[in-house]
Order: sequence, then C-alpha cells, then structure tokens
Amino acid sequence: MEIPYIVEERPDTGFNNATLGIWLFLASEIMLFGALFSSYILLRTSASQWPSGASDLNIPLATLNTFILVFSSIAVVFAWASTKEGNLAKFKKWMGIALLCGLGFLVVKSIEYKLEFIHHRFPSTNTFLALYFTMTGIHAMHIMGGLIVNSYLWGPGCKMFKEDLSHFSHRVEIAGIYWHFVDLLWLIFLFPVLYLL
Amino acid sequence: MLHAHDHHDLPFWRRYIFSTDHKIIGLQYGITAWIFLLLGFCMMLLMRWQLAYPGQPLPGIGSWFGEDHMPGGVMLPEFYNQLGAMHGTIMVFLGIVPLVVGAFGNYIVPLQIGAPDMAFPKLNMASYWSYFTGGVVMLASFFLPGGSASSGWTSYPPLSVIAPIGQTAWIIGMVFLITSSLLGAVNFIVTIFQLRASGMTWMRLPFFVWAQLVTAFLLLLAFPPLEAAAVMQLMDRVFHTSFFMPAGLIVSGQHMPYTGGGSVLLWQHLFWFLAHPEVYVLILPAMGIVTEIIANNIRKPIWGLKSMVYSIIVLGFLSFIVWAHHMYLTNMGTAISSFFQITTMMISIPSVIILTCLFISLWGGSIRFNVPMLFALAFLPMFGIGGLTGLPLGLASPDIHLHDTYYVIGHFHYVVAPGTIFALFAGVYYWFPKITGRKMNEFLGHLHFWPSLVCMNLIFFPMLIQGLAGVSRRLYDGGASYAHAQPVLYLNQVMSIAAFIMAAAQIFFIVNLFWSMFKGKRVTSDNPWDATTLEWATPTPPGHGNFVHPVEVYRGPYEYSVPGAPKDFSPQFEK
Ligand code: HEM
Ligand SMILES: [Cu+2]
Repeated sequence: MEIPYIVEERPDTGFNNATLGIWLFLASEIMLFGALFSSYILLRTSASQWPSGASDLNIPLATLNTFILVFSSIAVVFAWASTKEGNLAKFKKWMGIALLCGLGFLVVKSIEYKLEFIHHRFPSTNTFLALYFTMTGIHAMHIMGGLIVNSYLWGPGCKMFKEDLSHFSHRVEIAGIYWHFVDLLWLIFLFPVLYLL
Repeated sequence: MLHAHDHHDLPFWRRYIFSTDHKIIGLQYGITAWIFLLLGFCMMLLMRWQLAYPGQPLPGIGSWFGEDHMPGGVMLPEFYNQLGAMHGTIMVFLGIVPLVVGAFGNYIVPLQIGAPDMAFPKLNMASYWSYFTGGVVMLASFFLPGGSASSGWTSYPPLSVIAPIGQTAWIIGMVFLITSSLLGAVNFIVTIFQLRASGMTWMRLPFFVWAQLVTAFLLLLAFPPLEAAAVMQLMDRVFHTSFFMPAGLIVSGQHMPYTGGGSVLLWQHLFWFLAHPEVYVLILPAMGIVTEIIANNIRKPIWGLKSMVYSIIVLGFLSFIVWAHHMYLTNMGTAISSFFQITTMMISIPSVIILTCLFISLWGGSIRFNVPMLFALAFLPMFGIGGLTGLPLGLASPDIHLHDTYYVIGHFHYVVAPGTIFALFAGVYYWFPKITGRKMNEFLGHLHFWPSLVCMNLIFFPMLIQGLAGVSRRLYDGGASYAHAQPVLYLNQVMSIAAFIMAAAQIFFIVNLFWSMFKGKRVTSDNPWDATTLEWATPTPPGHGNFVHPVEVYRGPYEYSVPGAPKDFSPQFEK
C-alpha cells in the first residue's frame, strides 16, 4: 500500500497531507512567537523605563526590509502561478527573485546589527535590546530556513517540474505558505512592535 | 497466517538505521528510550544510596565515579544535584515521552487506523535522529567541566543562568528534543486525520488513537513556549542578557554582569506552560494502552467509551489553563490564584470519568488475568492514588504546606512510575507477539510483576508520609540534618532498599524480553489475543506497507461478546 492523499485532497477532511501539516506547523510557530510576545509585554509592563525603538533602531533600513519582504512574497506567488501554467523558465525567474529578496533582507539586517554594535548597543545593554536581538535573530533563522527550502525548489528540486508537475506545484505552494507566514511575522508583528511602539 | 512480502531490497543501513518505516522507527525509539529509562533509574539508585546512608561510601562501585564526583566513594553534593537534574530530565524527555509517543505511538497508531505508514516517513526519521542527538548531548554533558546541568529538571533562574557550562548543554539538548517532538506531533495529527482506512469514522477509533491525537496537540502547542524560554535562557547565559535576571546580583561576593530588569517568574510561567501539558503527555497515552488491554481481557465493551473520548478532549483543552498551580507560592494574588484553583479542580473531573469508566468496565466481565492485564489492572489504583494525592496540591492553602516537599515527589511518581511505567510494561507484554511472533513468558512475567508492584508502593508511599512531615525535596542528605525530619528518617532506608529490590526484579523483565524473542512460544494466528482492533489484521510481523489487502472497517473498536455473534469478539475488520 502507498501513502494516500499526497497531492489530492481527502474528501472528508478537505486537506491533503502536507497542507494540513504546514498549517499545524504554523500553529506551533504562532505559539513560539506568542510566547516571545508575552515575554515582551511582561518585561515591558514591569520596567520603569523603556527605550523607544525609534531612537535606538534604524527605522529607514527596517522599512526598506519591509518592502523587500513584501516583494519577495509577491514573487513567490508568481513563481507558484508559473507552475500552474507549466512554464519552467518563468518559475525559475520568479523563485530566483524571491531568493534574492530573502538574501537582501538578511544583508540589510546584518547591516542594522552592525550599526547597533558600532554604537555599543549589545543584547546585554538593556532588556529592550535583548528582546530586539533575540526576536529578530529567531526571525532571521526562519528566513534562512525558508531560503534553504526555496533554493532547493529552485535548484535540484525542480527536476520534479518535468516528472510530476502537480506534485511540484503543490510543493511550491507549501513552501509559499511558510514564506508568507515568515513575511507576515515581520510585517504585522516584529516591525511595528519593535520599531514603532 | 498472512505473510508479509518484503519486496523492498534496501541495504542494511537504509532498512534498520536510517529507515523510514514507522515500525522500525518505533522500535528504534523503543530501544533507545528503554536504555535511557534504565540509565535514569540507575542514577536514582545512586542517589537513593546517598539518601539512605548519607556520607557513607558506596560499596564496590563507589570508586568508579572518580575523585571529582565521589571521592572515596562518598557522593559530593554537586554530583547529587547533577544526578537529580538529569534523572528528572532523562526520565521525562528521554524516557517516558519517547516511549509512549515515539515507540508505542509510532508502531501502533498507523496499524490501528489501517494506514500503510505515517503520513511523512522522512520527517519521522528526522524526528528520531533529532531525539537521538538530544540524548547524546545530554549524556555527554556529564563530561564537561563542572559536570552536567544541576538546576533540576525545571532549570529555574537565576541559579540555572549562573550554573556551569553543563546547563548550556542541557538547553541545546532540549532544543533537539523539542524539535523532535514538534516534528512528531505534526506527523501524528496528519496521520490520524488523513490516513484512516475507509470506514474508520471518528467514533470507531480505538481509545489509544484518541489519546495519541490529544497528546500530539499538547506537544505541538505547549513545546514552542519552552523553546522560546530556552533560547532566552541561552541568551542570558551566553550573551549576558537579563531576561530572567534581577539587577545587582551578587554571587559569592562577586558582582554578576547583568544589567537586570528581567523576571525570574517569566521563566516559571513559560516552563510550566509547557510542563503541565507535558504531564498529560506522560499519562494520556498510558491510559490509551491500558484501555486497549482491559477491553481485550474483560471480553466485553468498554463502559462509557464515548464519555471517555469527550473527557480526553476536554482534558486536552483544560491542561493549557492550569499551569500556575505550580506557582501558588509566588505571590500571585487571590484572583489569579482562584482562577487556577478552579481550573485545576475542573481538570480532575475528566480524569476521574476516564478512570471510573475503566473500573466500571471490569464489572461483570469474564476477566483473563494474563500478564499484560495484571499490569493494566495495577495501573488503575496506582494512577488513582497519584491523581487523588494531586488534589491537595491544586488548592493553594494545603499547597503552602506541601509545596517542594517529598509529598509532591510521591504524588507525581505515583502517576508516572507505577502509573505510566506499568502501562508501558503492559503494552510490551501485549504487543510483543505482533512484533516478534512469539509470546512472552508468563512465569517470568509474574516474577516481574508482583515484586515491582510491592516495591513501587514501598518506594513512593513513604514519600507522601515524609512530605506531610515537612521534609523538603532535593535534599542531599535526605533530611538527616533537620530536626523535624528525624521521626520519618528511617523511611529513607525502607525506600532505598525497596528501590534496590525493584531493580533486581527488572532483571526478570530483561531476561524475559531476550529469552522470548528467541525461545518464546510461537503464536499460531495473527490475532493471538482474540482482539478486535486493526493491528491484529496485519501479518506477524507486519511487512513494509503493513496490510496485505486494503482494510475496510465495519464497526466500533471494542465489540466483544456481541449477542448472536459466532465468536466472543467481532473484529473491526470482519464483516
Ligand atoms: C521507579 C523509579 C524511580 C525512583 C526510585 C525515583 C525517585 C526519585 C526521587 C527520590 C526523586 C527526588 C530527588 C530529590 O528531590 O533529591 C525524584 C525526582 C524526580 N523524578 Fe523520579 N524516580 C523514579 C522514576 C521516575 C520516572 C519514571 C519519572 C518520569 C517521568 C521521574 C521523574 C522525576 C522528576 C521530574 C523528578 C524531579 C527532579 C528535580 O527535582 O528536578 N522519576 N525521583
Ligand atoms: Cu500541573
């Protein structure tokens, strides 16, 4: 017997295996970042003073990074749409752009870290910076994880494009759901909470 | 008997080491975790010597541990703390959870729902190897300068943050174990949702599968906060952040390099947010195993199966909102304390329902007292004692007296040792014939069961008495230097001797395991216990892909002694 519902949906649950799997995984990710956010609230409410992100962090660079991530998310959508059209060259192009955006994000992020270090602001300086470095660090590791998956799909993994297009398209979709989630984390959580609040 | 066809000619290392077959992975988990359980037990035996005979050299093997652990065979307090922390960590995260979920869940769940494998076989393999790596890191930490982690399995800051390097290894080990559990949890939920055979509706699922499903949700949602907390503690230790550290901390006259502003209670909240659901991870699958075995040996349906299913779901939800009952002494205020007292009392209701259903099921059954059934039956009162002794701990006022005493140790060990571990033994004796094609020896089984039952109670009941007398836990001398402990001090020797005898009784189990593997009585059918669930429809042992023909499910899980049926059992897989 082979494992069923790898690509097609199981009628009574309305899912195929990997789609259900990725949503469950994201649920656990929400608990991870939820715990970090709760820690943020608890530490901030019990602190006597709290530095403002606007003065300690570099908002222009972070805004640039926000745009980079939004754009990479759009690129992943186009990459997925190209698999639906069966157009390999177009898939390569859009997935390549998404990869470059992800790399760009990491480069900008390391410049930001560097600028903090130059101004002698380290994780140990105060609790705000401890949270900043920890949360953005964990997020950057998620970006790296996404980059590894996406570059696999872009590189060796795209052999499957020719062999089993619907399965491949499904893989791109799953990777895309994860990538959107990581982008959203930045967009609606880390960026506003750390830089703007 | 059916025959499995093993057409997959994979090389040895792909078939047995980096295997993706859920049965091999289940066995890998099982073997590794039993070894860890034994190691954790041996650590405790060393500690029990020190508790019973504080300051006396351990005869014979005392010198093996070297001058920096046991000079002259006498255990140093630092070493005691290391053993204690590692006993807790190993037993919980490297022993019991991998056994109930990784081993039994992996092997049995796909069989019981009629699936060819887990939904994500490669993920399953990754999950085992992540667990294995975590275990190696934990064990290796004993050889670091300053030894292993020594801040208890709870790793409370600030002590854990300023502890030697072993604590860093503990954190890294935990990250591997958490990753393993998360991968496993996703895999189990998807498998149970997606791979049920045709006709296997929700209410036809065996109770064991329900228990695994709820457990997987607990692992999935409770572990990430601990992961976050572990990363923060790592930051505190390595980069001197102050997530959990107060300002102006002075240790042995030295100023600690922390700017402060952190909160030690934050760690406790994050830790117990995981660790309370975690105790249900330790017990729910055990309840599942016991239900399977009881149903099979009373030869009649389980009483109130539906209410058991609803109870276990409610239990899963409630287990997320009781965690602060571990923190009544942290000055949380009456409103919050009342909330957690109420939820804690509420969560005892579904547990009692499950236990009651199992007890009532026994009524009027023609019970077969085989060895798996003995262990399953013993589980009921033992878990009962564990559960009932927990109620006073859930109420703030008695907890003021009982918190951090041996009463707590006695309470939760009744749940996990004669509770969960007996269920595990029951499961091994019960499913062994499916895995090996041979039954385990009954006589050796009795030699294993009766001394274990007696000794378990001789070990853990005195702890309740000592705790009521006010003896604290985590004492290096077992209370010898405290006046109030003197009247109950003699119990330390009772407990330790019982522990040594219990260790000896386990030899019968180990001998039985190996002897039966090669010499045990061969089973003559694929369904030697006349059971009803799907795992007995597979060949013995099940081959790659499990089922020879696709299965179809026709009825509920425990239809025994159905009036008018030709046999006293009506398997799910027979029309
Ligand atoms: C049957 C064999 C066992 C014996 C004799 C035993 C004995 C003990 C004793 C005496 C302590 C208290 C040590 C102290 O406070 O200094 C302890 C602690 C503990 N045990 Fe066990 N135990 C056994 C099995 C287990 C199992 C199966 C589990 C697993 C789930 C477990 C989990 C723990 C934990 C979590 C602690 C607390 C460690 C800490 O203080 O950080 N034990 N055990
Ligand atoms: Cu609890």
